Amino acid sequence: MTKMTLYWALAFVSLIITSLLVGTITLDSANFDWLLLSQTRIPRTIAIILSGMSLSVAGVIMQMLANNKFVEPTTTGTVEWAILGMLLLLIFYPQASLTVKLSVSVLFSIVGAVSFLLLIKKLHTRSVIMVPLVGIIYAGIIGAVVNFIAYQQDLMQFVWVWIQGDFSMILQGRYELLWIAGLLTFLAYFIADRFTLVGLGKNVATNLGLNYSYVFAIGITLVASIAGITVVIAGVLPFLGLIVPNIVSLYFGDNLRRSIPLIACLGAMLALVCDILARILVHPFEIPVGVIMGVVGSVVFLGLLLRQTCHD
Amino acid sequence: MTELTPVKLNLSPATRLTLLLVTVILVCALFLTWNVKASWAFTLEFRGQKLISMVLVGIFIAISTLLFQTISQNRILTPSIMGFDALYILIQSIMIVVVGASSYSILNEYTKWAIEISIMTGMMLLLSKFLFRDSAQSIQLLILSGVVLGICLSSINGLVFRMMDPSQSVVAQDAFFASFSSPPMALLQVSCLILLSCLVFLYRYHHQLDVLSLGEQTAHSLGINYSRLTQHVLILIAILVGMSTALVGPITFLGLLVVHLAYQLAGSYKHKILLPFAAILGVLVLVLGEFILQHVVAFNTRLSIVIECVGGVVFLALIIKQAKS
Repeated sequence: MTKMTLYWALAFVSLIITSLLVGTITLDSANFDWLLLSQTRIPRTIAIILSGMSLSVAGVIMQMLANNKFVEPTTTGTVEWAILGMLLLLIFYPQASLTVKLSVSVLFSIVGAVSFLLLIKKLHTRSVIMVPLVGIIYAGIIGAVVNFIAYQQDLMQFVWVWIQGDFSMILQGRYELLWIAGLLTFLAYFIADRFTLVGLGKNVATNLGLNYSYVFAIGITLVASIAGITVVIAGVLPFLGLIVPNIVSLYFGDNLRRSIPLIACLGAMLALVCDILARILVHPFEIPVGVIMGVVGSVVFLGLLLRQTCHD
Repeated sequence: MTELTPVKLNLSPATRLTLLLVTVILVCALFLTWNVKASWAFTLEFRGQKLISMVLVGIFIAISTLLFQTISQNRILTPSIMGFDALYILIQSIMIVVVGASSYSILNEYTKWAIEISIMTGMMLLLSKFLFRDSAQSIQLLILSGVVLGICLSSINGLVFRMMDPSQSVVAQDAFFASFSSPPMALLQVSCLILLSCLVFLYRYHHQLDVLSLGEQTAHSLGINYSRLTQHVLILIAILVGMSTALVGPITFLGLLVVHLAYQLAGSYKHKILLPFAAILGVLVLVLGEFILQHVVAFNTRLSIVIECVGGVVFLALIIKQAKS
């Protein structure tokens, strides 16, 4: 076990180092540019790690709240609501400061998360498959509304470029708000036990002395804030919050106190791998990391689903 | 849809069908002749081509959805939600990358069509093996897998698109976002041909389809070669979905909307009535929708986006209704 931990730690460190050195200009001993490193590579690497960690943890909290393993903010409309909020802000108040943008995005994410959870509550189903299906369709409908408004306002291209997760524009001074997401992830770790209980369902949780609706509200706020912040800074990183918690839960179970650190690390590593791929696949150009994550994520998601069938 | 109110009266299916047909002809005539500003010859040619493509697409989508629901015994399935549109677009991208942008542009329409259809049919047959393993229990899982497969294919397409050189991506964009206004002539010809052969097939087999909708067991005992018939129908569906995507690009929820309207309004479960009813409704929704968008509300939007919104809500409502019962 300790040997395994060591290997994983080594892998994590080597990924960070690779992320610092690889890019349009490859840094090595002969060609070392401190300015480049400090202004773009270090901020970029930190931004990737923070988004990867916080999104994976947001995913697992949402899964506990929804009582379903196959949901996460990007497949349930939460992120689409955030995009809708940003789009409306851009139309009616284009000179908004970053703080205003962030608040609007978080506010709309909360609306999205709450409305989805109400929807599945109305559905009265315990079917594992129905909930994610409804989530994806719901996200699709909100997405269609976004498209409708964007098309009216001639903003299709803006939305198209902007929603795709991309770290290439991250510079010193343009990512720091992601630390808030990191902080929230940390906070989630501290109240992890309560989310584990929420994941057991309302009755069990209440029976065990948990103030269910209070913890539920905190959970929604955490998920929505993380989703809202990362969308504004980095764009949409699909499936990260879905596949990482599922993989971790296959090996380490659902005790969040134990699994949240693992989820956070694996999420950060996966985001790093995808971003490094994004940088080297069409070197010296870049592919938005959201595209790579979409491919990796949907393939793994499909695998998880089919695995589920084999077990049923 | 105020035109449809008399259908709610106690009318025979044949009368309903006739009424609908009259309505759709009126709407088409209105679409062609309303508010003509340019010369008549130009307007008629311009709108006529658009009308033909809408008529074809409406029929293709309605029939393919109805057939798919009949053979899968499930009323919330639609072939386009299962990732076929995404597959079509991915095939385009891969063709562009493999043969290059310039050769793709001059590639024979018929060759292109043959490649697309054979890949999509192959995929449909592959999926059908999976679909009919135990359709009753795993149908929800199958839909979700289809949806995720669709996301997966379109993500791969996004990746391929990003890796193209600029000249290729211009051609690709053109191929993805085909709209009602500019279908290539060759495609229209092939589509008409397909439509004809499809009608012949359906005319010959509509009785068997009625039996098929009673379920696999019943169909077997009534002497239907179940697996052969479903395979034929599946191939037909793949071709129809492929054609409609080739004509106008993906429209996910139109089929669902139209087929459910047909179930409600046709007053019959026979495919003899249902198929033409759904097909005409498909045409009606498209043409009327386009007409209203263009002339009545003068909205600057795409019909497909509006249909996605409305159809998506219908789909959600159906799922919730099914989950409750």
